[in-house]
This record gives sequence, structure tokens and C-alpha cells, in this order.
Amino acid sequence: MMKLKTPSKKRVLRELEKREPKLVETGKKTLILHGTKTSNVLNAVLAEIYHLKRGSALKYSKKNENVRPFESGGETSLEFFSLKTDCGLFVLGTHSKKRPNNLVIGRFYDHHIYDLVEVGVENFKSIESFSYDKKLTPHMGSKPFFAFIGEGFDSNEELKHLKEVLLDLFRGEVITNLNLAGLDRVYLCTAVSSNKVFFTQCAIQLKKSGTKVPRIELVEVGPSMDFIVRRHRQPDDRLKNQAMKTAPDSTKKKVKNVVNDQIRGKRARIFIPDQKVGNVALPHKAKGVKRERREAKMKDEETREPAGKKQKDNGN
Amino acid sequence: MAEYDIDLGNLMAFDRSHSFSSPPAREELVKLALEQGTKLVQAVADALFNLPSTEDPDGPIVALPSPTTKLPREKPLPKPKPPTRWEEFARKKGIQKHKKEKLVFDEQTGTWKRRHGYDRVNDDNDVPIIEAKMTDEPGEDPFAKRQKEKKKRVEKQEKNRLHNLKEAVKAGAPLPSHIQLAATRLPITGSEAAPSKIGKDALQDVAGMAATATASGGKFDKKLPGEKPPKHDKKYRKFLPAAEGSGMGALEKQQTDKVLNKLLSKHSHEILNVEKAVTMYKVKEEKKRRNQKGKSSGNSGKLKAGKQSFKKSSKKGGSSKEKSK
Repeated sequence: MMKLKTPSKKRVLRELEKREPKLVETGKKTLILHGTKTSNVLNAVLAEIYHLKRGSALKYSKKNENVRPFESGGETSLEFFSLKTDCGLFVLGTHSKKRPNNLVIGRFYDHHIYDLVEVGVENFKSIESFSYDKKLTPHMGSKPFFAFIGEGFDSNEELKHLKEVLLDLFRGEVITNLNLAGLDRVYLCTAVSSNKVFFTQCAIQLKKSGTKVPRIELVEVGPSMDFIVRRHRQPDDRLKNQAMKTAPDSTKKKVKNVVNDQIRGKRARIFIPDQKVGNVALPHKAKGVKRERREAKMKDEETREPAGKKQKDNGN
Repeated sequence: MAEYDIDLGNLMAFDRSHSFSSPPAREELVKLALEQGTKLVQAVADALFNLPSTEDPDGPIVALPSPTTKLPREKPLPKPKPPTRWEEFARKKGIQKHKKEKLVFDEQTGTWKRRHGYDRVNDDNDVPIIEAKMTDEPGEDPFAKRQKEKKKRVEKQEKNRLHNLKEAVKAGAPLPSHIQLAATRLPITGSEAAPSKIGKDALQDVAGMAATATASGGKFDKKLPGEKPPKHDKKYRKFLPAAEGSGMGALEKQQTDKVLNKLLSKHSHEILNVEKAVTMYKVKEEKKRRNQKGKSSGNSGKLKAGKQSFKKSSKKGGSSKEKSK
């Protein structure tokens, strides 16, 4: 016989319910972790990506020997981490002689690897090395702008993929209401050549312009680095179809009483309120319904003496 | 002004026409990127600040349109829950749900009370006296009977709930994430369908693994009702009885007798392996001779002698040396 188990603690149940698939998803969490070996540069890069994503990211600090997402069998423990931490994205830093300062950015679908992009990091400049007015520092969890510059993001398959992954990594939650006063950061990605992308974060200054729209100025606040695209793996077509499904639009209101028919076209039913036929004055009264003139005259004379004279004149 | 691709939902702008003719120097590149980025962000802001906004103490709030760039989901769409047995029945009969007020006026106490739960309206437990009926059996506690009946109803409901869940699993629907099948792995995502059926072999494997996963190999574990002891597929080690006696008891004596007879018998010389004895003698002799030789000659001679003795046939070794030369 099949036996079912339920959590004994309410807290556990709530936590599990949070992880259930949702109709409209609320942002992906990011897992940041180290591979077999990392360099100083990569450690700093990972720490700063974590800093940028703070609030919706998780950082593992230990080395992971058996995490090799591009190799078969190397993704098992990564997928397990995703299951354990409920993350939808990961950033893995590895450093080897063949691929120095290597950053693997990938996404999960249903806790299995969906796609992967591998980039090398060059010319890294940390946040500390930038000097600017500290009032401009972007706030934690603010909604970022994105600016992608260069035709490479359109023509080059790898850069196109990288653009999508970077957007997914940094965009945060999809929101419906936005406070315009809280806009304070831009992620700037520039395709320098066919495999090189200059990435940096800038703070936004909203200056008065005399119109409704403020004049925008950018101040580079870092981190800034160059991404050299190395390997990448596109998602499986079938998987992609599944993952791209969206929730049925709930904002579309159902139109009542209207039917669209292929053969008879658009048809509708109209409901007319009760017409209250009994109360409407008839335009023409039948003779039988009318009072006799004489009868009315007598009645009037009896009830209203002073008005009698007038009535008489009328009658003649 | 150039045309940009603007995705207002993601606050993203994309300039697909810009390209560098030659890779610029670092400082030049940063300057160019910032310049172009300002233009792009300004383009997004133009659209953004012209959206209808509502004033808020924290700042103007605009309603963002949904993003146009499609990004993949994290988890599959939730599957609809199959109807329970009651829901199926209600649909057939056309029974509709009605919302009931949570609070009900209690006429006995003249107050508003909850419909269900603690301190509810018309609570049986509040009635201190139950009137006897003709049908009552003598010697039965009516209060205990009522409690028992209530317990039964609760159990029945739980049974129905589990039944519905099992039916849903059979139909291929995923279990709610907080419910798991015993002896399967935790369905954290809630999106995985439960395995259709666990075979007998698989179950036995799992049971066997679990049974031997203790330090004692499952020897001292509590047995479940109907569980058989694990199969012993190796040979048992046999020990002869320590006490002497007849039959099995005399077995040890027989064994020692056999060995002794072999040694003391008429054909005892056949036990000796003559050939082996001869080689052993020869080896010993040779060793002795070599030692004497080593003492007479120097160190180099010792090495050479060793080399020679190592090779079985000196002739062959010599010929190979000549060939190599």
C-alpha cells in the first residue's frame, strides 16, 4: 500500500509551499559558488556579483571539486545544490591554466541545467577602486536599467545568448509598479568585438531639465570587467518550449454574452430590462374605456362648485 | 536620434546599430560606452516618465508594462489538481458551494460565536446533561459514545483525504509539495510526478540495502511483522565438537589419526618430494660457494658475480652483449 507523509511542522510546510511552482514567478535566486580552484580575481568577481545581487543570492564559500557543468556527470551536484537552495541561476568561478579566470553563468529549469555561458574575466576593476560621490551608491535591490550597446548582441549567436543570460541574472523580480524616485543603477554592456563584452555598473543621476523627463547622467561605480566568451550551451528545443510557457493572461476580462462562431460570426445576446407595460400611458383610449362626458360633468359639478362655470363654457 | 529597442518592462534599451570600427583603447572605450549608455537610458526614461503616474509620499509611482523580452521560467507551470471524489459528485449533481458566515449568533448564550473550532456554536461538549432515550443501551456512557463517534468521523475524513491524494497520484498528477510518498525521495519541487509503481524486485533491493546498512549488518534490528531474515549466501564455517565422544565427537580424533598414519606408514618416503629436496640442496650449495668467492675478490667482483648469478645462462647474455656492440 502506498503511504503518504506530511510535514509535522507548520514552518516546514510553509517553506515547502513557497517552493512550489507558481503561475506567475517571483524572481530567481542565484547561487554563487567556487569550482575546483579560483584565483584572487575570481574571488573578488564572485564577491562583487554577490554584492550586486544581495537579497536574492546565495554564496557558497567552499571549493567544489566535482562541479563541472559542461561535462557529463559534472552537473549532478550542481543540480542538487539548486534543489537544496531553490535557486534558478548559478554563477560558478573556476581557474585553470587552459581557461584562466573562468566564469560560468547558467540557468536551471525545474532544477536541471537549462543553458550555460562561459566567459573569461579580464581587466577587472573592483567597486573599491572607483572614486565617486558616495551619495550616488545604488541601493540594495533597486530595479536596474540595462543598456546593451553594439550590433554584436544582435548578429552574434554567443553574444545574443550572453545578453539574455545577463539580463536574467541582474534584472531581479518582474514588477508592475515602479517608484521613479528609486531608479539608481544601470548595467552597461558593450560588445567590443565578436567575443568580447565590456560590462560595468553605473549610478544614475536625475538632473533637472525643465521638462517632465529629467536629464540623465551616468557615473561609473563599478565593478567593471571584460567578458571573453568561451563555451556556451543553448537549451534543448523541447525544454525551451516548455520553459517559455507563460501563465494565461489574467488581466483579459471575459466578455459576457458574446459568442464568436466560425460559421455565424460574432453573436451576442441582449437583455432588456422589464418594461413595466402596465404603467405606461396609452396613446389612444378605446371608447369603452373613456368616461361618459355627461357623467364626468355631473361628478364635477357635485364636487367643485366654483369651477362649474368654466366647465360650462368649455362644454358649449 | 537613432532608433533603439526598448523593453520598458525590464527597463532595457538595446542599440543594435552601434559598432566599433577598430577596438578602441581602454579609456576611450569606457568614455564611449558611458556616452552611448546615457543616450540609451535617456531613451528609456523618456518613455518611463511619460507614463501616467500616481503620487506617493515616497515618489511618483508608474504602472510598468509587462516585459517584451521573453525569458524562461524557473519551474514548470503548476498542473491543475484533479477533482476529489466529493467535487466530482457535486459536479454531477449540480451542487454548488455557498459561502457561510464565520460567526453565527448563538441563541443559547445570546452571543456571536464561531461556526467551527474552539468555543463554537452548538458545541456538544457544552451540554452537561443528555436526556435518556428508549433506544439507549443500559451501561453505556453516552458522553464517551459521542466522543467516539466524533473521533470516527475525523478518521473517516482523513481516510478520504488520503484516498483522494492517492487517486490523484495514480492519475499522474503531482503531489502537493508538502506531501511525500514514503520510501521515495523528497519531491521538493512538487513538479515531479510520483513514480507509477515500485516493482517487487526494487522493493526487495531497497529492503535488503536498508536491512544491512547497520553496523551489525542488520543482525540486531527489530524485525517488521512478516519480514524474513536476510538470505545467507555464503558457507557457514564448521567447527568440530570440542568434547570427545562417539560419532561426530570422534571426528577430530579421526582427522589427527589420518595425518599421523600418513607420516608413519610404510610408504612414508613417498611423502618426500625428492626433486624439490635436490634443488633446495643445490641452491644452498651454490650460495655457500658464492659467499666464499665474494670474500676473496673486491667490491666490483661482488657486483659482477651477482650479475652473473642472476642470469640463468651466461652464454645467452654474452651473445646479446656482442650483438649490441
